[in-house]
Amino acid sequence: MDFVNFLIQLLNSVQYGLLLFMLAAGLTLIFGIMGVVNLAHGSFYMLGAYLAWSLAGQLGSFTLAILVGTALSVAFGLVLEKLLFRHFYHRDHLDQVLLTFGLIYVFEELRSMLWGDDVHGVQIPQALSASIALTDTLSYPVYRLFMSGVCLLLALGLYLLISKTRLGMKIRAGAFNHEMTEALGVNIGLIHAVVFALGVGLASIAGMIAAPVSSIYPNMGSQVLIMCFVVVVIGGIGSVRGALIAALLVGLVDTFGKVLLPQVSGMLVYVLMAAVLLYKPEGLFKQ
Amino acid sequence: MSAPQIHIETLPRSIQLVLLLGLIALAAFPFVGSDFYMGMVNRMMILAIFAMSLDLLQGVTGLVSLGHAAYFGIAGYALAFATPANEAISLYAGLPLAVGASALAALVIGFLVVRTQGIYFIMVTMAFAQMVFYVFFDNKALGGSDGLFLNFRPDAIVFDLENKRVFYFFTLGCLVAVYLFLRRVLWSPFGRALAGIRVNEHRMRALGFGTFSHKLAAFTLAGALAGLAGFLWAAQTGFVNPELMGFHMSAHAIMMVILGGMGNFAGAILGAFSFEMLLHVFKDLPTVGEFNMGKHWQMWMGLFIVALIVLAPRGILGLIQKALSHKETGHD
Amino acid sequence: MTERQALLSARQLTKRFGGLAAVNEVNVDLWPGQIHAVIGPNGAGKSTLTNLLSGDLPPTSGSITLNGQDISGWTPEKISRHRLGRSYQKTNIFRSFSVWDNVRLAAQSRVQPSPFNPAGWLGRAAGMQAVNERAERAIELAGLQDRRHTTAGAASHGEQRQLEIAMTLATEPVVLLLDEPLAGMGVMEAERMVQLLLRLKRDHAMMLVEHDMDAIFALADHLTVMVNGQVIASDQPERVRADPLVQAAYLGEDASEEHGHA
Repeated sequence: MDFVNFLIQLLNSVQYGLLLFMLAAGLTLIFGIMGVVNLAHGSFYMLGAYLAWSLAGQLGSFTLAILVGTALSVAFGLVLEKLLFRHFYHRDHLDQVLLTFGLIYVFEELRSMLWGDDVHGVQIPQALSASIALTDTLSYPVYRLFMSGVCLLLALGLYLLISKTRLGMKIRAGAFNHEMTEALGVNIGLIHAVVFALGVGLASIAGMIAAPVSSIYPNMGSQVLIMCFVVVVIGGIGSVRGALIAALLVGLVDTFGKVLLPQVSGMLVYVLMAAVLLYKPEGLFKQ
Repeated sequence: MSAPQIHIETLPRSIQLVLLLGLIALAAFPFVGSDFYMGMVNRMMILAIFAMSLDLLQGVTGLVSLGHAAYFGIAGYALAFATPANEAISLYAGLPLAVGASALAALVIGFLVVRTQGIYFIMVTMAFAQMVFYVFFDNKALGGSDGLFLNFRPDAIVFDLENKRVFYFFTLGCLVAVYLFLRRVLWSPFGRALAGIRVNEHRMRALGFGTFSHKLAAFTLAGALAGLAGFLWAAQTGFVNPELMGFHMSAHAIMMVILGGMGNFAGAILGAFSFEMLLHVFKDLPTVGEFNMGKHWQMWMGLFIVALIVLAPRGILGLIQKALSHKETGHD
Repeated sequence: MTERQALLSARQLTKRFGGLAAVNEVNVDLWPGQIHAVIGPNGAGKSTLTNLLSGDLPPTSGSITLNGQDISGWTPEKISRHRLGRSYQKTNIFRSFSVWDNVRLAAQSRVQPSPFNPAGWLGRAAGMQAVNERAERAIELAGLQDRRHTTAGAASHGEQRQLEIAMTLATEPVVLLLDEPLAGMGVMEAERMVQLLLRLKRDHAMMLVEHDMDAIFALADHLTVMVNGQVIASDQPERVRADPLVQAAYLGEDASEEHGHA
């Protein structure tokens, strides 16, 4: 593989990895802090993608669609948390699995009723539709660089929020010891709502910016969910840093695997997961 | 991990009676029902075996597997590959082969996943099942997304499985055999150890039990029994596709077990039949005005599942038990 | 003449959590026929020490020897099979099983066939005679014969503590690590437990973590005092009692405390 091709695959790996990170970060935080497993997390990704498509069409601007879509998704997430999830933080994991599986069905049907079952493409906004020429024949789409950029920015924001702000400190404290944090006067209900909204927001933004590249279709949430789970398992539950490193690893293994070993590329990520399990069953960065 | 649920292990008399009546009804059905409905009930019985196999893992041992369908599908595919294009394979070769393939897969995957705890276990069982799904989905040589056909049911020599009624009774026989076997396992030293692992794995280790090997054995046995169900499914329908190993199939299995009530195998049978019937009810809903209710069966299914978890987390048997104990003592 | 070897020995046993040494270079010897009591204020590292010896926690450094074998790093189940039994401070029973089933299952741990052996899948657990006999002995020692059908979770706190011991005894260990067996017991129950422990002393090497000072001085042949993860005294009980260092650090405060009642 020559250098240019290598660079292209590397950029693709990073872009895919960062996108997975957006989803995995939310999932690992929600699980690490509230102890709830959410199979419907992929549905928020799907929600974001469909919102981007429908809002971009109605508002005429992709940027505006993302802003409005994010606000709508977060609001939806907050309502869901307050009405349903809040009551399941102390329940059996089995109950949570089933509840969220039921939700997947409901969300799929809502999607079908609101937006139909067809596959749609989303236009890459004009400003980002160029490509950077790497050689005479090969170029790299600016939009993919934009995707990586957005994800990196959000990752940085997440890092700063969690490690440098008071809110972040309360979040970390809540993960460490619920009762104590509450006893110290921190509104743990608010923390939970914020973390949940954060998770939903990240997932739906991921769906929104991925939409022009991956197109939107029914059940798109389930496919990305499984990769998300693999990332969380490899990285270690509750560890955002673990999610980032695991997501990039998965991105690399999957992308280069498809190019170098296409016959078994589908399995490679799972082989990676199996290897991690043998070495460290609780993930690489389990807290 | 989470609060242990109190499981019903000894079945109350009333439930035992219901089971017996159910058995009689199932045995009589082929003589009163049409071929179409007999085929439907046959499939329900196969799913009941599938549900019971998961109950051993989930209800008895407390291991929530989101990837149990992998072992259901692998056996079906094994039979499909082993059945030649123009003649039947012997039942006495095909059955052990299919079940053995599932058992082997369960042993290998189990070795990797049983070392994980709680939520990790749920996630990795799902991940490995998806891996198996994609192995078959992505490879044309293995049938790809279209799946494979079986042209013949296995040859049992002394009876003819191509005959629908004979196949029905063969399935019923397997159902009864698996139920009796698993009830026996429940009260065996192995079964008691598994129950102990579910209730307090930490103490089991402190007492000297090798919990890893116990869980692995349960995982493998459950996989083998799921394989029996998958074998029957492939033989009956004559068709296998990757969906048999998919996430939805695994989740359906969990729901069947939960719906009926976990840990005693009777609940699994109850849940399988109830779930399938419910599915048919939802899919056959009429069109009200412009709204095709049947088309959106997933919505009703989803809402039903949510309602079940919120209102009756111990399933049908749990509700019955609650009702019975209310009558006896006036309180739970 | 060969030196008599302690049944269980720990040397320079250390457990660090991050920068904190919960157990710091602790030496312990357990001899058959003796009760070695370990006392100290809360957070002294007593439970951590017990967890290290039973295999529940891997040591950071140091060694543990059981019957001459180095067991550092062994899993709890392996250590248990080599006849070390422990009971827990926080009752660690099978709450949804009956008292009898709890003890029976504990006794079963000694004879279990391989889980891959189909014979073990088909036999009747309740009919295993050797297991039943062992469980019967344990349940009688603990005085729970009349409560065998009670659901463990519904039994009184004192009965649950008795069950805790019964389960450990059903595995027929030679080394016993008991973590606060008297915790939360009323006067009569505590007295009965003390009598039981004296009976057990004859045939076991025992380590006893306790707060109940009366019981300690009635039972202990050897007394170790731990403070902040370190051993500050380890000697015969009377000498330890008289040690000014110990009195200042621990016994002085403790003399005015109420001992071990719920």
